[in-house]
Amino acid sequence: MKVSRTPTSRRRSRSAVALGLTGLLALSACSAPGTSSDDEPSADAGATDSATATGEAPSCGTGDVVIDAYVETGFPLFRELADEFTAQYPNVTFDIREDQFAVLTQNAPRVLADDPPDLMRLPQMSELASDGLLLDLDPYAEAFGWDEWPSSQLEQMRVDDEGRRGSGPLYAMGLNFSMTGVFYNKALAEQIGMTEPPATLEELDGYMQAAVDAGIVPSAQFNGGATGGLAFPLQMLMASYGEPSEVNAWVYQQEGATIDTPTNLQAVEHLERWIQAGYFADDINSLDYSQTMARFLEGDNLFFFNGDWESGTFDSQVPGEVGFFLMPPVEEGGEVGAMSAPLTYGIGNGAENADCAAYFLNWIATDEEARTIAVEVGGSHPMGPVDAFMPEIDESSVTAQTLAAGVTIGEDNGSMDFIANATGGIYAKGWTPNLQKLVAGQIEAAELLPVVQAEYENEIG
Amino acid sequence: MSDLTISRLTPEADARGTVPPARPGRGAAWARRRRAAAALALVLPAAFFYVAFVLRPIIFTFQYSMYEWNGVTEATWVGTENYSRLLSDPELFGPILNALQLIVYFSFVPVTLGLIAAAIIRKFATSRLAMVGRTVLFLPQVIPLVAAGIMWTWIMATDGVVNQFLRLIGLDGITRAWLGDFDTALPAVGVIGAWVSLGLCLVLLLAGMSKIDPSLYEAARLDGAGPIREFWSVTLPSLRQELAVCLTVTVISALASFDIIYISTQGGPGNSTLVPGLEIYYLAFFQREVGQASALAVALMVLVLIVVIPLQRLIRGREQ
Repeated sequence: MKVSRTPTSRRRSRSAVALGLTGLLALSACSAPGTSSDDEPSADAGATDSATATGEAPSCGTGDVVIDAYVETGFPLFRELADEFTAQYPNVTFDIREDQFAVLTQNAPRVLADDPPDLMRLPQMSELASDGLLLDLDPYAEAFGWDEWPSSQLEQMRVDDEGRRGSGPLYAMGLNFSMTGVFYNKALAEQIGMTEPPATLEELDGYMQAAVDAGIVPSAQFNGGATGGLAFPLQMLMASYGEPSEVNAWVYQQEGATIDTPTNLQAVEHLERWIQAGYFADDINSLDYSQTMARFLEGDNLFFFNGDWESGTFDSQVPGEVGFFLMPPVEEGGEVGAMSAPLTYGIGNGAENADCAAYFLNWIATDEEARTIAVEVGGSHPMGPVDAFMPEIDESSVTAQTLAAGVTIGEDNGSMDFIANATGGIYAKGWTPNLQKLVAGQIEAAELLPVVQAEYENEIG
Repeated sequence: MSDLTISRLTPEADARGTVPPARPGRGAAWARRRRAAAALALVLPAAFFYVAFVLRPIIFTFQYSMYEWNGVTEATWVGTENYSRLLSDPELFGPILNALQLIVYFSFVPVTLGLIAAAIIRKFATSRLAMVGRTVLFLPQVIPLVAAGIMWTWIMATDGVVNQFLRLIGLDGITRAWLGDFDTALPAVGVIGAWVSLGLCLVLLLAGMSKIDPSLYEAARLDGAGPIREFWSVTLPSLRQELAVCLTVTVISALASFDIIYISTQGGPGNSTLVPGLEIYYLAFFQREVGQASALAVALMVLVLIVVIPLQRLIRGREQ
């Protein structure tokens, strides 16, 4: 299309565009994006005007309170707890917004900065805490006596002013804490002669080989797309070969921590042997979580490296057919480890009903009804003191086995946070692509950890 | 469209035909100014939205690309550092190479297939078969990309239709998880893109063919041209405009692809299908490097322009 224009009009429109652009540039370039630290509400703004400051125990009061909650979709636990709380405290109701975990991860900083919710399911939290977006819960911990619980329960949710986890103020609380290990199909186990869980890694290798010999695919661990599910068996192997505390130091971003250690290398090499021996389905690089879950429920695979958040599902969908054990140690009787992380919820810095939200979190850990829901619906161990009430559970259920395993991990001091939680992008950019390459033989065991460590250092700067 | 039809549509030409030529003087100047003001008033709402929702975000993206910023706290000025990292870091450069490869699948394949299909369909343009063919091939355009991505993920899964078919005809040896294999993931994603774009190209090219003067074909036939000669000498040259549109739209969809890949592979396995759009998303929302993400976004915009402008020139140049 041609439009004839005089040189003057062309010049005029050009100058108008130039003027507009300059104006916009001037407008936008004046100030750097983001809020300077002076503009932010002070870190303890929510707590100072709360009951903790005046010496009374925080509560929900008697007036009507609407708790504004932003939670993960697909898990009924929060809603069940909220309903029970409303039944006990009719003046408190919940306004719950749900999203997928990936969406929560993307939205967390902006939601917390713009409209801080009273309660929010938190993704990787060290950056959120060091950005001043989360309320410091230490005053509540003191008022409610959380500091008398086993310190390992709260350790993961403490963040210091450098963004390092493990110490510093408490910025979140768990609804319960999950535990990982190896689920197995009892019928297939019997078929290959596995009458009891393996006591050593060597025994586990033997069972995997026996499965292959019997024409059974030992595991179909999800590892496709953005789900690097081989991180599960890998980290369990890391705990068998080395010290969970070293892995924790790395996840907590402690000074000088590295994932590239000799024992972790042994773990990667062990995993590589499993891959090369055909112990994983040959299409795991295309499998997502739900496909793996479906195959395991259908009885296609002997093992599934996963966490106790599925115990409830196994108990209801395939009752009595699934068993659980912790990843065995290298030598019999050695210490064991497992990933164990609280289902973290934080209170936005500047949230309207911080006191009531904290009271609710305390209620979840201490009320008998709430603890029963945490176990039966959530499938995991409730937070709280060691001698607190525990609901009766059927001894033969998977839930009973995972809870018992939790005690073993506690005794061995073997709990670790997930290596996927070390930084915001370490799972998507570090573990997942490189574990997929390990499966495809594009990298060797020795190359994996240095690459992940480089990504880690790149991110924490 | 020729210049003649354009000029017939413009109000000025209309006015010239009915109103006697304007006399120079005050009245005319005033009328001209009033017309200009009215034109401006008509353009203003659209211009406002264009500035607010197109120019402003572009300028902000450019500004952010000069900072190191996590999206929340105060940003630090780093100048062009984010851009130099784009060139030096293979992890940021790799997605651009993947996107360039996708042009073959998202653009060349559907344009070629679209041409062939359109030429065939034109032969029996009025029959019911042509209508069915058109509908079937255009259908992917109507399906949301997310749905297309999910559907194809199932089709290409280990026990999906593709592998079932291969096993049926005895090709068990080459069955695989197409989207989970390092060698086939990018072509597999490309097939989804080609399937989606084919309909658009087909409809555009068919519309272009219907405009071709039948006497040209008649003349060609009188000169003894067969169907293939007809295609090369009559059909193809007449479709230059439509081909330009097809190529431009599909090349942009390849370079700026996001949805199909996000649904089917999320960039995996091992970054083999990672494209700039997805990398920008990971950088901004997972690694919280808004500055680096913005720099990649600006680079992507420039890349699209670098590829598309010569394409436009090439076709327009031939026209003159």
